[in-house]
Amino acid sequence: MSDNHILTVDHLMMRFGGIVAVNDLSFAAERGKITALIGPNGAGKTTVFNCITGFYRPSGGAIRLTHDDGRTIQLERLNDFRIAKRAKVARTFQNIRLFPGMTALENLMVAQHNALMRASGLTFLGLIGVPSWRSAERAAIDLARAWLTRVGLLDRADDAAGNLPYGDQRRLEIARAMCTEPALLCLDEPAAGLNARESGALNELLLSIRADQGTSILLIEHDMSVVMEISDHVVVMDYGVKIAEGTPQAVRDDPKVIAAYLGADEEEAIAVMESAT
Amino acid sequence: MSVTPAATSHASQPSGAAFIFKKALISAVVALVLFSLMIGVRTEAGNQGGLIYWTRFGDLAAMVGVVFGGSIIVELLRQWWGPVGTIRVVPPQVQATMAFAGRWLATALLVFTFLVPVIFYDQRYILDLGILVLTYVMLGWGLNVVVGLAGLLDLGYVAFYAVGAYSYALLATYFDLSFWVCLPLAGILAAFWGVLLGFPVLRLRGDYLAIVTLAFGEIIRLVIINWQSLTGGPNGVSGIPRPTLFGIPLDNSDNGLAAKLGIEFSPTHRIVFLFYLILAMALLTNWVTIRLRRLPIGRAWEALREDEVACRALGINTTTTKLTAFATGAMFGGLAGAFFATRQGFISPESFTFQESALVLAIVVLGGMGSQLGVALAALAMIGGFELFRGFDQYRMLVFGMAMVFLMIWRPRGLIGHRAPTVFLERSQAISSDLVKEGHG
Repeated sequence: MSDNHILTVDHLMMRFGGIVAVNDLSFAAERGKITALIGPNGAGKTTVFNCITGFYRPSGGAIRLTHDDGRTIQLERLNDFRIAKRAKVARTFQNIRLFPGMTALENLMVAQHNALMRASGLTFLGLIGVPSWRSAERAAIDLARAWLTRVGLLDRADDAAGNLPYGDQRRLEIARAMCTEPALLCLDEPAAGLNARESGALNELLLSIRADQGTSILLIEHDMSVVMEISDHVVVMDYGVKIAEGTPQAVRDDPKVIAAYLGADEEEAIAVMESAT
Repeated sequence: MSVTPAATSHASQPSGAAFIFKKALISAVVALVLFSLMIGVRTEAGNQGGLIYWTRFGDLAAMVGVVFGGSIIVELLRQWWGPVGTIRVVPPQVQATMAFAGRWLATALLVFTFLVPVIFYDQRYILDLGILVLTYVMLGWGLNVVVGLAGLLDLGYVAFYAVGAYSYALLATYFDLSFWVCLPLAGILAAFWGVLLGFPVLRLRGDYLAIVTLAFGEIIRLVIINWQSLTGGPNGVSGIPRPTLFGIPLDNSDNGLAAKLGIEFSPTHRIVFLFYLILAMALLTNWVTIRLRRLPIGRAWEALREDEVACRALGINTTTTKLTAFATGAMFGGLAGAFFATRQGFISPESFTFQESALVLAIVVLGGMGSQLGVALAALAMIGGFELFRGFDQYRMLVFGMAMVFLMIWRPRGLIGHRAPTVFLERSQAISSDLVKEGHG
């Protein structure tokens, strides 16, 4: 079973001075599946994300990423841009971080930077315009066009990203992350601020990414309609520790989870549950 | 209604007569306080050495009145031709004509520049001015890579100009190398210094980056002044060889260009040659920059200006990306420096003061950060315009300051503030300057 884990978080610890944001967290994300990380505000979800994507260096523990070919990468030893470049982990942000002054198409072209840099011979071949560079550029535009079509933004390809409506910006950010052709896609609250129809479309998009690209997805989400509908596995955090794990159905019925969300004592929560049934 | 956007923006920005009147009144009160002692009371040393004074309330009232009236006029102008969200009084036909003119402006300007030595062949002053303007156009385009595209505020750009100039001067005088060998070397050396500067300052952002680059510019100048054995210190380097047309000197000798072509020698030949040389170098800078913008490295520079964190999440090495921006900008600065040295024949540290950095930066900012045409226009206005107003004598600075103020009111993001996309599917549409970030270093 453990052979099929793309991401294994092992006794992860993250301290900021005296504050322990993540304490001894262990979980695994299965290959080709959607894993959700949920928990109340301040539970440490985004900190876990920042550790996985290299924005923080963990105080302790290990994060292992296993690629399809069996290659294992210790993410806690890589930092910064190398996680996206070598380990093929892409992410989106809780507050959208597009390049607002660049068009939607340009945003997707920037995402293919590393592949295009190789194709342009570190700029020198591209400067004199060799044919192999031209064809690589056309292929990159085609990939961008394909993703713009997938997220329904093809007609807005030449508009500035900052001019797009909020929901479109969310989808464009996911398309931009997918243009890096990641093995693991980390989404930080992709449904935040979306209405019911938009989050429905988001569900379909994520499910189609899992089905067509086979990309494993790790997401943080507060919108339970998204979490319950599309996740294969749910990890629940509170105060920096894992309090529950399992299928969406099992987690929903876990008294510890209910207690964490409703702020009640465990016994009280169980009493509430029992009186309800 | 078609005016809805303007109407909503007006709701947040009051514009009625009462508002204008109130603003003018405040300006008048400030003027009254300031001028009451400066103009209202005149003091002088009397016969016995005591202080005597008299009042000039008439002049004071006139000045306050001018400020009051001027404030109303400026406010009215601002609302008519304001940058965003305000109603424009310019009719659509005029706007269309201006858009048409704007499209052909670059081409027309280029053709005119090519013809300058033909039209003004007898006017040495115009040719020299043209060479000066083109030098600053090239410097502006070089700095535009760093400031306009990558969003890294560099206040020490003159350092690379100096490195290029001294590279050529020293290589040519010590080793007797020709201009065409030294030119690429000067560019490479300047780029090398750009990388060297880049390494320590990459951690810094915004104001801190600006201060450190400023210091770097000064360090280079001080090293040049104090390393007397190599650079000649404050005495500079003289006798720098003039450029040759691929080995053929442009002088009065028997194997000079004039003698070989069988025409009468004229010193203007060299000036015209220098003009076309700097024009070619500036156009090369422009061509490379335009090409680089459409390559992944150029897009990464602009993405870095927009959002550095997102760049890292996409696997872009921000360190090398910033270093290449610094190196590319520095290389163009170095090439311009080598040209400067060969044109002058003499260089000294006095040519590479902070004022030069500030001037080039002003050209980039005035032109609109990132816009190639804007930078060229700004260089023309800053250098050429400055010469144009030479007749105004001490009022030159006043005119200049006023022009700056009007530009700030109408074009806060430079002459050409919008950004042209580097790639498009259907049609290329300019991106408003409101969306484009200025970068934080």
